[in-house]
Amino acid sequence: MSAAAATQAVPEVAGRSLWADAWRKLKGNRAAVVSAWIIGAMAILVVVGPWFAAYAFDFTDFANTSIAPSWSTGHFFGTDTLGRDIFVRTLIGGRISLMVGIVATAVSLLIGVTYGAVAGYFGGRVDTLMMRIVDILYALPFMFFVILLMVFFGRSIVLIFVAIGAINWLDMARIVRGQTLSLKHREFVEAAQAQGVEAAAIIRRHIVPNLLGVVAVYVTLTIPQVILVESFLSFLGLGVQEPMTSWGALVNDGSRELESAPWMLIFPATFLATTLFCFNFLGDGMRDALDPKDR
Amino acid sequence: MLSYTIRRLLGAIPTLLILIGVAFFLIRAAPGGPFDRERSLLPEIEANLNAAYHLDEPLYQQFGRYLWGLLHFDFGPSFQYRDYTVTELIVQGFPVSLTLGSIAIVVALLVGISAGSIAALKQNSRWDHGVMALSMTGISIPNFVMAPLLVLVFAVNLRWLPAGGLGDGSLRNLVLPVTALALPQIAYLARLTRGSMIEVLRSNFVRTARAQGLPTWQVIVRHALKPALLPVVSYLGPATAHVITGSVVIEQIFSRPGLGRFFVTGALNRDYTLVMGVVVFYGVLIIVFNFLVDLAYAWLDPKVRYR
Repeated sequence: MSAAAATQAVPEVAGRSLWADAWRKLKGNRAAVVSAWIIGAMAILVVVGPWFAAYAFDFTDFANTSIAPSWSTGHFFGTDTLGRDIFVRTLIGGRISLMVGIVATAVSLLIGVTYGAVAGYFGGRVDTLMMRIVDILYALPFMFFVILLMVFFGRSIVLIFVAIGAINWLDMARIVRGQTLSLKHREFVEAAQAQGVEAAAIIRRHIVPNLLGVVAVYVTLTIPQVILVESFLSFLGLGVQEPMTSWGALVNDGSRELESAPWMLIFPATFLATTLFCFNFLGDGMRDALDPKDR
Repeated sequence: MLSYTIRRLLGAIPTLLILIGVAFFLIRAAPGGPFDRERSLLPEIEANLNAAYHLDEPLYQQFGRYLWGLLHFDFGPSFQYRDYTVTELIVQGFPVSLTLGSIAIVVALLVGISAGSIAALKQNSRWDHGVMALSMTGISIPNFVMAPLLVLVFAVNLRWLPAGGLGDGSLRNLVLPVTALALPQIAYLARLTRGSMIEVLRSNFVRTARAQGLPTWQVIVRHALKPALLPVVSYLGPATAHVITGSVVIEQIFSRPGLGRFFVTGALNRDYTLVMGVVVFYGVLIIVFNFLVDLAYAWLDPKVRYR
């Protein structure tokens, strides 16, 4: 009997069973694992790839404008109307898209977690007021505001980060608040309160670390949304400035040359769709793995 | 119910004011004015222009004037299309956008709900996996990527359908834009319906109905469908917002002269009043729609208390 109990007590990570459990579940989800590998490969490709490419992303090869993909010219994905190499431009565009995805998500994470944790922790009137504000903001058509911002204040990458991050924190705030409400009555929080720890420190040291699971899932699902918004802006011609580019901008260029140079659309569109697809699959897998309802 | 309606209505007013206020002051805060040209105007002319458009008044007065105008459906004159008022432009463009948008939503609802229900009823079958894989694809391919791809395949290569424009106004011209606009919503609705339908099918009242020997289709139609569609009803608000935002690019790609195109060209030309007009118009539309959806939800769901 005691021997059986001992073997049961051994499982690899004692005390962090939530994460171990989630990790095991996630690894069992083949679609999520494959997606994670593809995302990793994509990230390495867009970061490292341009250094090894034969052409610079803004180099115009006037002898080879709008040529179809071919190995012999070294333009694997063909060139655009100015003779710029689509392969390198797709990778460089991917750098921008992924960077926007990560940075803007970080911005929304920072705002959303802080806001949600504060509202949930303090509760009462503060909570009611803060959540009422979120409700009001929810009803606003934010995409239009982002477009206005980009139009009126110029197309800078910093503004893209901030603007997109600033519209995406509402969901995060709601989720974090809900979790905080249930966390704040737990014993470890009471213990900290009894010891006279300040509210800010309790939120930082005790509440936020316990939110990580939910936040991780949500971050994975926010990144593709953010990439999508950036592509949307770039598609409208409001994203990054030429000759810099992003997947949305490349899709826009491609859609203008549909009949004469379909490769200008197909390659960036494939990269964009694949990335979004993988992030969505990974996020779904993580939600299944970490969802407390499902255990 | 009445007091609930009134309270929801009062709740919508601050949202509306914030919407109009933010749009108004954002535009005024932007660098560059509507009369900026490469050659600068004579100061007298500029002063006259500003006076004619009331740009010389203090901001709060301009804001009050704008609100007053809105109450009378007057969105002010367009700064770029000199011979038109913004109201005229909206009246001109909106029917085009409305046709596209409403057809897209109806198509999305019909296809999305049926696909989701089928997937739920045949859970874990080949049908289910097929619908789920397709809907993941639909969610992952943005409509501005899908639209040019559709054009490439069905207009450029196969030559089955026109690539854009209103044409003779026949439905043929609507097929591609509606498809591009509806696909992501179909995908999302299918997932939503499947999830809630599976949950409802497991619930006690459905089990009871089955145990009493009701045929499956009657169980579904009479008992399961209504509660399963509640999440769909509450998603209608965001869905409308998505379709409206999406129509901006879809109208651009298929060169349909709707409101979305006015918005983009207006934004690029710094046509303050036109951009404001479209944002306010669409914003009000979304808010009103959300309000109606809330009411419908409260009416449909017995669990909502009219607090």
